[in-house]
Amino acid sequence: MNVKSFLTTFVLCLPTLASSQGFAGLGTQAEGFAIPEQGHRLSFPKDHGPHSDFRIEWWYLTANLKGEDGRDYGVQWTLFRSALSPGDHAGWSSPQLWMGHAGLTTPKHQFYAERLARGGIGQAGVTVEPFAAWIDNWEMVSTDPTLNQLTLTASGSDFAYDLSLQAQGPLVLHGDAGYSVKSAGGQASYYYSQPHYEISGTLTLPDGPMTVTGQGWLDREWSSQPLAEDQSGWDWFSLSFDNGEKLMGFILRGDSGNYSSGTWISEDGSVSPLQPGAFQAQPLGYSVVEDRTVPVKWQINLPEHGVSATIQAINEQSWMGVSFPYWEGPVTISGSHTGRGYLEMTGYE
Amino acid sequence: MRRATLGALLSHWWRHPLQLLTLVTGLALATGLWSAVQAINDEARASYAQAAAQLGAGQADTLIPKNGFIPITRYVMLRRAGWQLAPVLEGRWRLQKGSVKLIGVELLSHPSLPAISPTTAGTPPALEALIPPGRLFLHPRTMDQLAGHPGLPPITLSKNLPIGVVLSDIGLAEILLKQHGQITRLIILPEQPLGLEPLQNLAPELQRQPSAGAQVARLTDSFHLNLTAFGLLSFAVGLFIVHGTVGLGIEQRRGLFRTLRAMGVPLRLLTTLLLCELLLIAVLAGGIGLVLGYLVAAALLPDVSATLVGLYGASVDGSLSLRPSWLLSGLGMAIFGTLIASAQSIANIYKMPLLVAPGIQARARVASSSQWTLAAVGGGLVLAGLAAVLLFDGLIAGFALLAGLMLGTALILPLLLSGLLILGARTARSALTEWIWADMRAQLPGISLALMALLLALATNIGVGTMVSSFRLTFLGWMDQRLSAEIYVTVQDDQQAADLADWLARRGVTALPIRWSEVPYKGAPLRIYGIVDDVTYRDKWPILQALPEAWDQVADGSAAMINEQLARRQNLWPGDVLTLRQDWQITVAGIYSDYGNPHGQAIVSLPDLLQHMDHVPNRQFGLRLPPEDVPKLMKEIQETFVSPAVSTIDQAGIKARSLAVFDRTFVVTGALNLLTLGVAGFAILTSLLTLWNMRLPQLAPIWALGITRRHLAWLELARSLALAALTALLALPLGLMLAWVLLSIINVEAFGWKLPMYVFPMDWLRLLLLALVAAAIAAAIPARKLARIKPAELLKVFAHER
Repeated sequence: MNVKSFLTTFVLCLPTLASSQGFAGLGTQAEGFAIPEQGHRLSFPKDHGPHSDFRIEWWYLTANLKGEDGRDYGVQWTLFRSALSPGDHAGWSSPQLWMGHAGLTTPKHQFYAERLARGGIGQAGVTVEPFAAWIDNWEMVSTDPTLNQLTLTASGSDFAYDLSLQAQGPLVLHGDAGYSVKSAGGQASYYYSQPHYEISGTLTLPDGPMTVTGQGWLDREWSSQPLAEDQSGWDWFSLSFDNGEKLMGFILRGDSGNYSSGTWISEDGSVSPLQPGAFQAQPLGYSVVEDRTVPVKWQINLPEHGVSATIQAINEQSWMGVSFPYWEGPVTISGSHTGRGYLEMTGYE
Repeated sequence: MRRATLGALLSHWWRHPLQLLTLVTGLALATGLWSAVQAINDEARASYAQAAAQLGAGQADTLIPKNGFIPITRYVMLRRAGWQLAPVLEGRWRLQKGSVKLIGVELLSHPSLPAISPTTAGTPPALEALIPPGRLFLHPRTMDQLAGHPGLPPITLSKNLPIGVVLSDIGLAEILLKQHGQITRLIILPEQPLGLEPLQNLAPELQRQPSAGAQVARLTDSFHLNLTAFGLLSFAVGLFIVHGTVGLGIEQRRGLFRTLRAMGVPLRLLTTLLLCELLLIAVLAGGIGLVLGYLVAAALLPDVSATLVGLYGASVDGSLSLRPSWLLSGLGMAIFGTLIASAQSIANIYKMPLLVAPGIQARARVASSSQWTLAAVGGGLVLAGLAAVLLFDGLIAGFALLAGLMLGTALILPLLLSGLLILGARTARSALTEWIWADMRAQLPGISLALMALLLALATNIGVGTMVSSFRLTFLGWMDQRLSAEIYVTVQDDQQAADLADWLARRGVTALPIRWSEVPYKGAPLRIYGIVDDVTYRDKWPILQALPEAWDQVADGSAAMINEQLARRQNLWPGDVLTLRQDWQITVAGIYSDYGNPHGQAIVSLPDLLQHMDHVPNRQFGLRLPPEDVPKLMKEIQETFVSPAVSTIDQAGIKARSLAVFDRTFVVTGALNLLTLGVAGFAILTSLLTLWNMRLPQLAPIWALGITRRHLAWLELARSLALAALTALLALPLGLMLAWVLLSIINVEAFGWKLPMYVFPMDWLRLLLLALVAAAIAAAIPARKLARIKPAELLKVFAHER
C-alpha cells in the first residue's frame, strides 16, 4: 500500500476534499460512527478537542498576510483527523489517523508540505487544556483552553513559518448553532469558526525571513457523513471585507445541481446563516494549473447583503500538490465590497 | 573483383570445415561463458535492486540503536522535533514449522512499497491493514510455512516480495513478535524540513547507518566479482583459440594471398576483405555464443540463487530474463575479442613482403626477446597484486592480489618453460634428442599462449578445488561437532515440550533444549541461544578460541560464546564485553565457528536467557543417547506423541541435508571450473593445429634423414605431453597460492570466517592426468595426420619452398 492509495480512502471520508473519482458508494454510510444532530449544543472548550466517534474532523487555519516588502502572502495550516473506526486507544492499533497540510503562497510561488501520522502514539493529536493541535513539529498551540491566543508553526523542505494569532471577536457558529447542512439530502456537519484573528510573525522563504502581519480565519468542522453520492467537488470562500463584515460561502458541485450555503458575519460579530442557494458564485476566468483547468477568478453575488464582487487569486498557481491535490490560496476582492480572503477548490480534474 | 576475392578467401573455410568449426566453437565458447556470467550477474543485481525497491527505502540511511531496541517514545520525540522517519520492527516470527523473517513497517510513513500496492484498479486499498486484525503480505511460496498456523490474520499474496519474508504493519508485527512498543530501526526519509536539530544532539544513543541495500551489495559483490573473474578467464582462454585458428587460417592461405596479390588485388582490399570475413564469423559465433550463454546461465541460476540465499541471505529469483543490453554487450565482446585476437595475424599480412616465405626460427628469435618483456610485465603484475593487499584492506585488494598473481605468472610462463627446456637440452646425448629439445623451444612461441591458458585453467582448478574441498572437510568436521545430539525433536507448543521432556526424563534420556531469542544488534538480528550446562557442549562444540574455564563462565551466567562472524565483524574477542541490550552486558568467553550462517550469534546459559528475554519458546531438543538406541527411541516418540505435531530427525538425516545444501552451493563453481578447463584443452588443440602446417618444413628434413613418420608422430605426441606436464607442474604452486588467498583473505572478507587449508594430492594427480589427456587428445589429431601423411607431401617441402 502506498500513501496515495491510503489517501484516496482517507480523502473519501473528507467532504470538503472529496474527489469526483471512485466514490463507488464507499463510505456513504457512517458505519458505527456518531452522526451530527440538529439541536445539539456545542460546548467549549471541550469541542475544540477531537471527536473520535466521528469519522472526520479538521482544524483549518488560513491567513491573509502582508509582508514588510508590501507584498501579499497567504498561509494555510491544516490538521485532518480521520478514523477507521469509532473510538480511540493507545498504541499502533489506534484507528485514528492524522494528516497535516501546510501551505505558503507568495504572488509568485507556492510552497507546501504534508505530514501523516498514526494516532495512539502521540505523534499527532489535539488536547484541550491547554489547547494544542500538532503533527510532528507543526503546532497550533495556546497557553489556555480557548482559541483566543495561538502560536502557529510549520516547516517544509523549502519554507517555514512562525506566527502569533490574537482573536479580536467571538467564535462563529455556522448553520443552526453549529449544525451545518451540506446537501439537499440532509448530510450535515458540526461547523464553527474563529474568523477574527490578527496575526504577526515571520515567514521563512528561500530568499530569507520575512516579517508579516495580517488576518486569519480558523475553521473547525467534524462529521461522519461524506458528500452526497453525486457531489464531485467544492468551492469554498472565506472573505473578510474592508468594512469589517465577513462572508463564508460554499458551493458543493453535484450532477443534480449545486448546493450552496454560507454565513454572513456582521462587523460586530453577529451571525446570520444564509439560505441554501442565496450565495452565488460564477467562474469568470480560468487558469491551467498542473494540467487542470481551474477557475481562478469568480463573480460572487449575495443580493440580500448587497454583495456583487469579483474574487481574484493572488497567485493563480496556488496548487497544493500533496498526495491528494487541490487548489487553495489567498484572493483579493473588488466590486461592491473590497477586501481579502481565501479560496479552496477541490474536484477539478 | 571484390566478390571474386572474397569468394576465394571464403573458399578456404569450405575446404577446411574443421578449422571453421574450431574457430566458431572457440569464439562461441568464449562469448558463451562470458555472457553466461554476465547474465547471472545482471539477473542477481536486478533481483537485489527489485527487492530493495519493492520493500522501499532501498537507498535510505537508517538509524539504529547502539544496542537493544528503539522505544516508540524515542521515535515520537524525533518526529515531534521534525525529523521525517519511518519505523521498522523486524524479527523472526516463530511458526509451527520453523520461522520466517517478519518485517513490520509503519505503512503510513514508510517509503512507497510497490510490492504490496494494489496493482489492479478497483482493489480496495489496504487501510484495514493498519488496525486489528491487520493483514500479512507474503510471497505465495512463503505460504507453505504459514499453513496451519493458528489465528492467522488476513493474507495478501504478492509475488513481488522475497520468499521467506512476511510484511505487515508494525502494529501487527509487534503483536506477532511479542515486542510491544519496540522499533528495530528508523528509516531516514529523503525529504526533511528546514531547521532541524542534528540527530546526534537529539538522540545520541542512535547511530546512522548507510542504506541496507548497500550492505547486501557489498557482501554479494564478492560473489559476483568471483563469477566475473571466471567469465573473463574463460573469455581470455577462448581468445587464445581464436588467435590460434585465425593464425592458422592465414598461415594456410599465404599461397592464396600471394596469388591474389600477384593477380593485382590491392593489399588494402585484401586486408579489408579479411577483416570482413572475420567480422562475419564473429557475428555468427557471437550469436551462437549468446544462445549458449543463455542456456548455461539458465541452468546455473537456480544454484546461484541457492548460494546467495545460503551464504548471504540475499534472495534472487530463479528465472532468467533476456536484456537487450546483455545481447549487445555479448556480441560486442565477440567482435572486439576477434579483432584483438587476430590483430597480429592481419598486421602480418599487411606487412608481408610479396614473395617471402616466413621461417619459424626467425619468429622464435623474435619471440625470445619478447619472452623477457612478457616476464618483466608479469613480474610487475605479481608485485602490484602483493602491493595491493599490503596497502589496502578489503575484498577488492584480495581480488587484485589474485588477478596480479594469476596474470603475472601466466606471463612469466613462456620464459620459465624456455628456461626449463634449455636445461633439458643439456641432458641431450644424441643428435635426435638434441633436435627434440631444440624443436620444442622453436615450437614454444606458437603454443605458449595456449599453455598460458592451460596454466590459468589448471591453477584455478587447483585453487578453487582446494578451497571448496577444504571448506567441505572443515564443514564436515564442524557438523560432527555442532550436530552432536543423536536425535533432534521439534514440537509445536510449550505444553508438548514439557510433556516430552518429562517422558524423556523418565527414560533417562538427556534432552538438551534448543531455545533462542533474538535481539537487534547494530541493526541486524542477533540470535541468542540459551543452553543447559552439558558435557556435550564442553566436549564437542567447535571452539576456535576461548578463555580458560569458558564453559564454566557460560554456565554461571557471567559469559557468552559468540560465533566467528560476530567476532570478526564487531571485533569482539575473548575477554571483551558484549552489550546484548542496555541492561544486559556479558563477557565474551569464547569464539566458535559457525559456517553457512550469515548472521551473528551468541550462546548464553538458559537461565540467563530466560531472565532477560520474555517469551522464549521451548520447541526443539537435542537428545543424547547411545547410537544403537536411536531407531528405537525415534519410533517410540512417534508412537507416543502425535505425529506430525512432533517431528524427529536423526543426526545422519540432518547432516545429509546440510551437506546437500553445501554441495549445491558449489555446483556453479565446479561447473565453471570444468568448462574453463575444457576451453583450455581446446586452445591447445587449435594451437597445435596451427603449428602443424608451419612445422612441416621442419619435419621434412628430419624425415629425409631417416626418422619414420610414425616415429615422428610419437615424438610430436610426447613433446606435447611434456609441455602440458611442465605447465601443470608450474600450475600447482600457483593454484595453492590461489587457494590460500581464497581461504585466508577472500573468505574472511566475504563471509566472515577463516578456513584451515587442506591439500588434496590425489586431486592434483587427477588434474594432471586430465591436463595430459587434454594435451594428448589435442596432439593426437596432428600426430595422426603426420603418421599418415603422404611422403609426397613431405617431398613437396623440398620441391617448392613456400
